[in-house]
Amino acid sequence: MDRVGPSRSCRKGKSRTLEKHIDENEVILVEVELISTSYNMNAFPDFFKLEIGKYVDYFVKYLVHNFSDFFDVLKQGILWAVINIELTLQWLPWWLAIFIVFLLGWKINKLSSGIVYSVMLVCIGSFGLWELMMSTLAIVLTSVVISLLIGIPIGILMAYRDKLETIMKPILDGMQTMPSFVYLIPAVIIFRMGKVPGVFATTIYAIAPAIRLTNLAIRGVSKETIEAARSFGASPWQILLKVELPQALPTIMAGVNQTTMMAMSMVVIASMIGAKGLGSEVLIAINRIDIARGTEAGLAIVFVAIIIDRLTQGIAERFKLPE
Amino acid sequence: MTVKIRVENLSKIFGRNPKAVLKKLEIGITKEEILKKTGNAVGVNNVSFEVNEGEIFVVMGLSGSGKSTLIRCLNLLNKPTAGKIFFEGEDIVKYNKKQLRELRQNKIAMVFQHFGLFSHRTVEDNAAYGLEVKGVEKEERLRIAREILETVGLAGWGKKMPHQLSGGMQQRVGLARALANNPDILLMDEPFSALDPLIRREMQLELLDIQDTVQKTIVFITHDVNEAFKIGDRVAVMKNGEIVQIGTPEEILSNPANEYIEDFIKDIDRSKVKQAKHVMFKPSPLILHKDGLKFAAKEMETQGISSIFVVDRGRKLQGIITIDDTIKAIKKGEKLEDIIQQDFFTIDTETYIQDLLPMAIETKFPIAVVNDTNKLEGIIVRASVLSGLV
Repeated sequence: MDRVGPSRSCRKGKSRTLEKHIDENEVILVEVELISTSYNMNAFPDFFKLEIGKYVDYFVKYLVHNFSDFFDVLKQGILWAVINIELTLQWLPWWLAIFIVFLLGWKINKLSSGIVYSVMLVCIGSFGLWELMMSTLAIVLTSVVISLLIGIPIGILMAYRDKLETIMKPILDGMQTMPSFVYLIPAVIIFRMGKVPGVFATTIYAIAPAIRLTNLAIRGVSKETIEAARSFGASPWQILLKVELPQALPTIMAGVNQTTMMAMSMVVIASMIGAKGLGSEVLIAINRIDIARGTEAGLAIVFVAIIIDRLTQGIAERFKLPE
Repeated sequence: MTVKIRVENLSKIFGRNPKAVLKKLEIGITKEEILKKTGNAVGVNNVSFEVNEGEIFVVMGLSGSGKSTLIRCLNLLNKPTAGKIFFEGEDIVKYNKKQLRELRQNKIAMVFQHFGLFSHRTVEDNAAYGLEVKGVEKEERLRIAREILETVGLAGWGKKMPHQLSGGMQQRVGLARALANNPDILLMDEPFSALDPLIRREMQLELLDIQDTVQKTIVFITHDVNEAFKIGDRVAVMKNGEIVQIGTPEEILSNPANEYIEDFIKDIDRSKVKQAKHVMFKPSPLILHKDGLKFAAKEMETQGISSIFVVDRGRKLQGIITIDDTIKAIKKGEKLEDIIQQDFFTIDTETYIQDLLPMAIETKFPIAVVNDTNKLEGIIVRASVLSGLV
């Protein structure tokens, strides 16, 4: 809009001042106009329009129209899970929660980590964001669990079937590059506002690394190790459960870490469609240009993210197999 | 000797549409042309051989000769494109999945070049893996695993993780894992190639020791001629997916089938392959105890030798007499008993020339080759030791 304004005004200006004197600004304006006219000549033809957006729109509407019962059941299920997880988290006394995180940090990483995590949690509590944090965590946890339940089997299938991998790879790339806001639209259409579309959008966004790394992990298991298992007459299930998955676990755990982090970042965005949590605080702060509130909510998100990241990374580290 | 495995016209072709490629091979198109034209790799091409019960059958070849492909056909990790593999009279190529699993669980086990251990399991859980697959109770399988670990010299290492062990020890775990199933056949795919030379030699000897007690039928793959000839009862040499020659190490050494084999065995240390029985000559002339000194002197004179072995009727070795002593004794009227000597070397037929060399240098008499009842089997003189080295 800004560019159109001056270029229009310059057209008048140009005819008026062209023969008098031309100052530097006007030279630039003329150039801008030249570029814009030449651009128009080379513009992509209007009549050729591929309206993928429209088809996706039709598809989503078709889904909503014909499978509303299914989505209702799904919605109830997800809602039940989120609410119960949230209730459990809220039920925990604040000091016990902090103590648990301290213990985990100490045992998984080191004593100082435990202390730092506890201090971070105390900060969040003192910002008055304790309950919102738990709401956020509930959505993150639910999304991560769903992502893993769906993502790991898909990853395993991908590792077994080269064709599926060829198909899935660009889709996964797309899922990860797509601006995360886009997922909010179908989520809202299918599940309307609230926690459930939040979980849905978060799951779609966070599932990619779970699939990708499971595939990578299973493919990375040494061929000779699998051959050894086969040579002893192990069945495909025995090989998967007793050899491939244990061997792949460290990489899969790295996937869990990434999935959790992506879920965390998406949950903030999901607050735009009514998934209450730390993200909604940020949203309110933006709307009111409330720097204080925004800073506190932002810090709280960073703290939670750090704690989750370090803990899951520490767990992943534990699973690492020595060479 | 009963035949344990019989392989007939086995071929394995990788890639798409292998059957069509097989026909091309049959009309004489070479492996290289096929790879260029259709992209199919010919792993094994029309191979036939037999493995006898209780023997160590070595398949030797350079990398890319198809030896690993061949051994993987024997337990059907590679499905053969054509041909038959008879195991105790049954063609296992025709087995369905269930039969195949049972075969692998009970009859045939494999040891891998890079060990193929399960790095997430303890040493004893690794050794017990085959039994676990079979569904043996935990306590029972761990008991067997510990027993086998002891056999391979790893007693007390059961609770360790594989990465805590050295390469040689890791391969012992691999061997224990294979033996724990008590298979009839042991497939060993370059099991010692990844080990350093000292450990490799030690493991070779140990394998022979273990084989003495367990008496398995072993198919052993290697690219190392010395290793092949050291441990193999019979050796098959492979080139370009085909077997060029099969025979005992000595047969191959003394009768190389073609230039390729000649080239192959050029560097081999023959003193470690050839044994006394390969270089000795027939035990004659000999004299019997009752023959008397005069006969002995005449015998030595006519044969142009300076000493002669004395045996009894059962050709049991009694001693040796020299021509000088004999002539003196005849003059003095002494008897054979008075001049008979015992300070010569006796060896058995399986002594390697390598171990003969110091004796040949030291001795002034021929070396007597006897069996375990002291019966004289043959005689070795210095010249025959030397002839065994070329």
